[in-house]
Amino acid sequence: MRWTVDCGYNLRSVKPTDVFDPNYFHKVVDCQYACPAHTNVPEYIRMIAQGRYTDAYMLNRETNVFPGILGRTCDRPCEPACRRTRVEEKPVAICRLKRVAADLRDDISERLPQIPTKKNGKRVACIGAGPASLTVANDLMPLGYQVTIFEKLDKAGGLMRSNIPHFRLPERVLDEEVDAILQMGVDIRYNKPVASMKALLDEGYDAVFVGTGAPRGKQLELPGRHETDSIHIGIDWLESVAFGHITKIEPRVLIIGVGNTARDCCRTSKRLGATDVKVIARRPRKYFKASPWELEDAEEEQVEILINHSPKRFVVENGKLIGMELDRLEWREEGGKQLSTIIDTVTIPCDAVILAIGQENSFPWIERDIGIEFDKKEMPLVDKKTFQCTRPGVFFGGDAAWGPENIIWAVAHGHEAAISIHNHCQGLPVTERPQQGMTLVSQKMGLHEWSYSNNYDEAARAKMRHVDLVERFKKLEIEVELGFDPEATAREVQRCLNCDVQTKFTDSLCIECDACIDICPLLCLTMTPNAEEPELRKQLTVPAENLKQELFVSGPLKQTKRVMIKDEDMCVHCSLCAERCPTGAWDMQKFELYLPHAGQASWTTSK
Amino acid sequence: MTYIAKPRLIHPGLRKNKLGLTVRDYEGALSTLCAGCGHDSVTTGIIQAFHELDTPPHRVVKLSGIGCSSKTPTYFLRDAHGFNAAHGRMPSIATGASAANKQLTYIGISGDGDSLSIGLGQLAHAIRRNLDMLYVIENNGVYGLTKGQFSASADLGSKSKRGEANSYGAIDPVSLALSLGATFIARSFSGDKRQLVSILKAAIAHKGFALVDVISPCVTFNDHEGSTKSYRYTREHLTEIVHSDFVPLKEEITVDYEAGGAAAVTMHDGSVLLFTKVAEGYDPSSREAVFSYLMKHQASGKIPTGILYVDESGKDMHELNRTAETPLSEVGFETLCPGSAKLDELMDDFR
Repeated sequence: MRWTVDCGYNLRSVKPTDVFDPNYFHKVVDCQYACPAHTNVPEYIRMIAQGRYTDAYMLNRETNVFPGILGRTCDRPCEPACRRTRVEEKPVAICRLKRVAADLRDDISERLPQIPTKKNGKRVACIGAGPASLTVANDLMPLGYQVTIFEKLDKAGGLMRSNIPHFRLPERVLDEEVDAILQMGVDIRYNKPVASMKALLDEGYDAVFVGTGAPRGKQLELPGRHETDSIHIGIDWLESVAFGHITKIEPRVLIIGVGNTARDCCRTSKRLGATDVKVIARRPRKYFKASPWELEDAEEEQVEILINHSPKRFVVENGKLIGMELDRLEWREEGGKQLSTIIDTVTIPCDAVILAIGQENSFPWIERDIGIEFDKKEMPLVDKKTFQCTRPGVFFGGDAAWGPENIIWAVAHGHEAAISIHNHCQGLPVTERPQQGMTLVSQKMGLHEWSYSNNYDEAARAKMRHVDLVERFKKLEIEVELGFDPEATAREVQRCLNCDVQTKFTDSLCIECDACIDICPLLCLTMTPNAEEPELRKQLTVPAENLKQELFVSGPLKQTKRVMIKDEDMCVHCSLCAERCPTGAWDMQKFELYLPHAGQASWTTSK
Repeated sequence: MTYIAKPRLIHPGLRKNKLGLTVRDYEGALSTLCAGCGHDSVTTGIIQAFHELDTPPHRVVKLSGIGCSSKTPTYFLRDAHGFNAAHGRMPSIATGASAANKQLTYIGISGDGDSLSIGLGQLAHAIRRNLDMLYVIENNGVYGLTKGQFSASADLGSKSKRGEANSYGAIDPVSLALSLGATFIARSFSGDKRQLVSILKAAIAHKGFALVDVISPCVTFNDHEGSTKSYRYTREHLTEIVHSDFVPLKEEITVDYEAGGAAAVTMHDGSVLLFTKVAEGYDPSSREAVFSYLMKHQASGKIPTGILYVDESGKDMHELNRTAETPLSEVGFETLCPGSAKLDELMDDFR
């Protein structure tokens, strides 16, 4: 019997995968795992498919707090992670579907958490009314905290209000979601920039949260910079536009930089009277920071992108900006580094320049002798898990913690900081985090019926409809993206592979008939003698070369002591393995991550 | 059976053969057999074997009779020619098809009922004529389509799902084929695809009748305690007495087989069958030796597997009958039907 001779279970083998560690199946749900706030994407997409828009919105709100805003503006770390990109070109339009839920939902006021009238006596100050502080307030208000937010402007929302143009994010959407939090009874103090941390701390708050963002646009000190008033800092300029202080711009505009701020600046310019907008990039396209879709949106509006141009001098005559001198560069790679040589110098005529080359943090209002330590780059020392700085009771989050990121990161920071603040105020160590957990529920409804749509849908990603190129420039407030219509939504939801419906294997039930291996369309399964992981990865039906994706390894099987291996990489969750399994050793089970926020209990198993 | 279609997605890491085809290009329709049926594994084995042999699917003819096994040609090589014959009559159809066109590859799928009961006479004569084909018997010891009665291959004393013991002895297709003069005889197990695929490839390369008896458990009616054709019983009792590797033509032979005392058989197309491990005292080229070895083993309850007998020197039907090289479909009408004058001439010969 050759099986038992050469298929023994030995010390060089991989231990069976612990699928009850929430991290294992969480990682299989690529979108949810990639999302900093870990929004349960497949579940809300199924809700949208069922027309349960309000439920889908509320599920989103639990983790990302601002579904309507993020459904338009999120940087979408979920989409490049989407499993769909491994079997076809384009990911599920997760972000757009989020917007569908937000657009079509009913009134949610009844479903927002109840705010206790009797407070718990703890006072928390948040500095800056951006997404991070608002998330902290959202998590702490239902627990009975008194939260005070200090805001330097006369409206809340932070960068979401000042830097994202209205044609991308309508003001009513922003107001609605920000107000939902403020109306929990947050004490918001407008026009109150905090000038001294020391003075604020002296007011005796139980905890202070710094969510002031990265408010300073980077400068470009070149000859001519201060000889004219036609050179603007991108984020400041966008803020002035958002608050109505600037309503027009000259016809010919150069934008320096290719990040998302640059994109917003050029598209805004086009709406304020500019007719000729050029974006200046030092490097070739593949090194751009802007999200690819933002680039497409700008180019659709006839914005010209000049690559390989490096700013040299602002040409100013009699106090009037007339152009910009730029070095044309040629790039080559040497030892992993990109090196440039100047080919020649060109002058591009222009009437205004907007600098969008990055943002930085700035904390001139935090005294350096109050126990809050800063590093060499003038950044506060903040713990990556607890978000507490070196002074107990003071927390940082959002862009203020480690520099510019996106809204969804600020929200994730807010949730974690709220847990720390809650612990701090309750006298618990901030390092004591509530345990994550998970549930697994079989989705079997009949012999070959599942409670989810397991059929692979070949539909291509739905295209977003835009307001036409004449109409959209008439007013700054006209939202360009129209959202998905019902047909596009119905198609797009079916593209989701339901990665949260997991293939759950029970080794004691397996009779090693090979049925699952034979049916798997992507050949993810193999039964083989156990070995060390690198060896196992080579032995599979199709070698598992994507090391970022886990292998599931079962315990030894009853008849031959081989192990069942599943390469999670290419599985499309079609359920065929479970359908062809005669003994139910494979089952499709829905994984739900239990992700406790502030005040929510640690996971305990009843078993 | 399954309600959804198998997604037409191709793993980017999937190997392409010399024709640029992946293993998925050799698939057929989705199986409607019971989940866990051994036959589906045999189907996958056939798919893999043809893919690895770089056979163009449209140059294959797949034939079958009636039964669970006989449904399976639908599930592989969707681009091949196919014929679903009356119960037990597949060998006749295969004979006719092969006579008409010997350039195609013939594969017949049958079961223990189709081959050992109703079609036993047909099988015997196909072996006797040495029809150039691969003949797979998917052997599970029961009539699955009629809910689990004992078939002619059920062992004496083995128990049905309801607990009755079988009172008849089994017809063993391997011994039968040996006695009828088959030139390639092998046995394998649906649960050991590595061995199965290697045997199938050699059987396809073999010139003449290649009988492969595959123990293929019926998961619904014959996978219980007391069955001698269950997954568990088969795994516990099978013994690979011949281990061979099939090396296709133009591939370098890397094993130093002579040193290990092993033997090699060159197939008619130039590919090589390497016997790397053979049980002591076993000689797969001697019909008498194999027969007595198997008789002895049968008594001990072991299930011997591997390529049990091979003879590459036998003459196949085409050689025996000196058939034409050109397929009849390519012979012109004038030649095929020379007219009544020629017919009269021919008839005169017999007067």
